[in-house]
Amino acid sequence: MKILVPVKRVIDYNVKPRVKADGSGVDLANVKMSMNPFDEIAVEEAIRLKEAGNATEIIAVSVGPAKAQETLRTALAMGADRAILVETDELVEPLAVAKILKAIADEEGPGIVMLGKQAIDDDSNQTGQMLAALMGRPQGTFASEVAIDGDHVSVTREVDGGLETVKLSMPAIVTTDLRLNEPRYASLPNIMKAKKKPLDVKTPADFGVDVTPRITTTNVSEPPVRQAGEMVEDVDALVAKLKALGAV
Amino acid sequence: MAALVIAEHAGGQIADATLSAVTAAAKLGGDVHVLVAGGDDAKGAADAAAQIAGVSKVLLAQDAAYAHQLAENVAPLIAGVAEGYDAVLAPSTTTGKNIAPRVAALLDVMQLSDIISVEGPKSFTRPIYAGNAIATVESSDPKLVITVRTTAFDKAEATGGSAAVEAVNGAGDAGLSSFVKLDAVKSDRPELTSAGIIVSGGRALKDGPTFEQYITPLADKLGAAIGASRAAVDAGYVPNDYQVGQTGKIVAPDLYIAIGISGAIQHLAGMKDSKVIVAINKDADAPIFQVADIGLVADLFNAVPELTEKL
Repeated sequence: MKILVPVKRVIDYNVKPRVKADGSGVDLANVKMSMNPFDEIAVEEAIRLKEAGNATEIIAVSVGPAKAQETLRTALAMGADRAILVETDELVEPLAVAKILKAIADEEGPGIVMLGKQAIDDDSNQTGQMLAALMGRPQGTFASEVAIDGDHVSVTREVDGGLETVKLSMPAIVTTDLRLNEPRYASLPNIMKAKKKPLDVKTPADFGVDVTPRITTTNVSEPPVRQAGEMVEDVDALVAKLKALGAV
Repeated sequence: MAALVIAEHAGGQIADATLSAVTAAAKLGGDVHVLVAGGDDAKGAADAAAQIAGVSKVLLAQDAAYAHQLAENVAPLIAGVAEGYDAVLAPSTTTGKNIAPRVAALLDVMQLSDIISVEGPKSFTRPIYAGNAIATVESSDPKLVITVRTTAFDKAEATGGSAAVEAVNGAGDAGLSSFVKLDAVKSDRPELTSAGIIVSGGRALKDGPTFEQYITPLADKLGAAIGASRAAVDAGYVPNDYQVGQTGKIVAPDLYIAIGISGAIQHLAGMKDSKVIVAINKDADAPIFQVADIGLVADLFNAVPELTEKL
């Protein structure tokens, strides 16, 4: 069984995003970029499934600029077998990404498409669900546990009221939540080896997908700043203040 | 112009999240209808939805296949019903987030996720970069699919309306997935996302028993829900579903008491809309104090028991 793992190059999660003064977006010039953390978890889970003998090949895919090759090399260094970059300098929306991924899935025939539940830049949380819809296949979103059982996969999902388990017939789409696993670091020898692993470069047009955005971002601004309040000296003052505010 | 709100419900009751989505839908300016899809208890929820102020029609799809809100079964139903609407809205709960994008893709629409305001018929604001920026976005799709950040919209009145309930049908079981079980968190406490008061603990609580020993009595005294920072959850002090933050629960209670929480960006993104924020932390430079209405620099192991006693 093949596992397809889409990964996105995003601003590193340790970097505080700066909004551009002209409101056109977030300043990404000279900012450290990394693999979306939820996608790292997806890569790790795919590798663990392969290590457990449940998968034979892991294909990492990224839709993005030429520099997304670095993100794919990271996936390869972690343990993916080969990679496909669908190169474009456009900002591709989740729906268009899902269409590209569907075309790739049609060619590759993976048993599982494993992807992060959301990217930490646009926080859309859509691509996996959309891909599942386009493929007409089941989805196990926000996974905290994944278990293969013959031609089914059981996914434990982190839902508002607790943990929900669903059983999906494969091929299936799984989106990962934070506590599914702790991704490994790529070792230096594996980073060197990853440079020799195959990486195909395609374009959205190769898959016949129109990536014209449906949504226009007209402005990006700083969130309203909450003003710091008052520091109190001791618990008595805290209680008095709470009572004065009518908060207790 | 009519908008369809996908109801979140359980045990014949409409969830508060639905009421916030109704408010967002009403801001689009047209009629607001509610779709209740579910199993045996959906009828009760539909009757409750009919009472919501501002709702002019309730659609009820009752089928065992819809009982557990499996996206594979519910999304085609919603996409079918959506034909007659200009917008489909779901609350940004895990259920809404699971189903709505599947509906959007079936309709070939690019979804607007997690909106926090309605700026025009097709224009909205939404947080990006974990709430570090707010984007104003405008859709060019003929139909809108939207998820609504519930803490950003007031709850519609649960009573006062008298909408008609109309039955609708979908294809039922798509045969792709099945529900196995729900390990629900059982608690006598109010639910985090709807609690009026939240007492939240961070990594400074040291371990699970210490967290329990210091946080629980204060929460009991206040009738509060208990939350935690990601650091406390990752360290295993409390279960996952206690986590408040961009990747956990987004909350906006009347009173939020942060204890031993430094205030990482992603935590602040989950609670900064709280009405009154209290922070107790040993470190005077902790970022949490920059958003707190009342700050107390103190050792929590002394301050919290004292606070519990004096409240």
